[in-house]
Amino acid sequence: MSSDFNTNLNKPQLTLRFKIDEKDFLIAGESASKTKKALQQLGLKQEIVKNIAIIVYEAAMNIVIHAIHGEIKIIIVPDQIIVLSEDVGEGIPDIELAMKEGYSTAPQEVREMGFGAGMGLSNIKQCSDELEIKSTVGSGTTLKATICLNPIDKKQVETGAMYL
Amino acid sequence: MTLREIKDILNAEVLCGEHLLERKAETAFACDLISEMLALANSNTLIVTSLINPHVIHTAEIMDAVGVIFVGGKKLSEDIIKNLDHGNIPVLSTPFLMFNTCGLLFSKGIKGCIRGKRFE
Repeated sequence: MSSDFNTNLNKPQLTLRFKIDEKDFLIAGESASKTKKALQQLGLKQEIVKNIAIIVYEAAMNIVIHAIHGEIKIIIVPDQIIVLSEDVGEGIPDIELAMKEGYSTAPQEVREMGFGAGMGLSNIKQCSDELEIKSTVGSGTTLKATICLNPIDKKQVETGAMYL
Repeated sequence: MTLREIKDILNAEVLCGEHLLERKAETAFACDLISEMLALANSNTLIVTSLINPHVIHTAEIMDAVGVIFVGGKKLSEDIIKNLDHGNIPVLSTPFLMFNTCGLLFSKGIKGCIRGKRFE
């Protein structure tokens, strides 16, 4: 599924990419660890790095558990970081329901590994300044989480001024 | 309290990260669900779990945990430990079960995490 999100392509940027395959549980953790190390090298605050690593981990786990395959991009622009997750898979029929803490469609074997507690999307939301999810049943899901690197931008996202 | 002191209190075995035992922990989070660890635990927390797999260690690393304690004497296989040894997360195994592990830590002054603290 290709993305039609605005990702501020005009600005200079750096992008990290991770290909995620179905049932490859270790790749999810590795993607998040690598993201964390890369962002630490950029000198970002510990709390921001942690939040982005959590978003990448949860988004990657969602692809591993629910989709056929997908890709996660971490796009770094001067004032914000965008985590873009795109997958080919079943899609989400009811996004509002999927956002609910505790709601999960993960199979039993996944839960036995400690995943699939139904907190992934709400967790991503808590760690983001803005979250957009688009999904087509039978086709796939794209998720865009935006994290602002300074408080002024945060205000712009809250009021929607950034996209005017 | 340092991890070395915690190791003694819990009669724990160090599975990896012996060199990191001077790290200090003030809070602990006991849980067997990955997403809950990511959602609810503060940074610099000790993870207490009976969930034994490498994902727990990845999770601990991502959430800036101080270390991981496996309860009930559970251990990861040697292969997995070998891969983790270059990592940044000390992993201990205590023979105590979950309730007693938490009780011992609490009685020695380790506090629980407070939900939402990360966002304050």
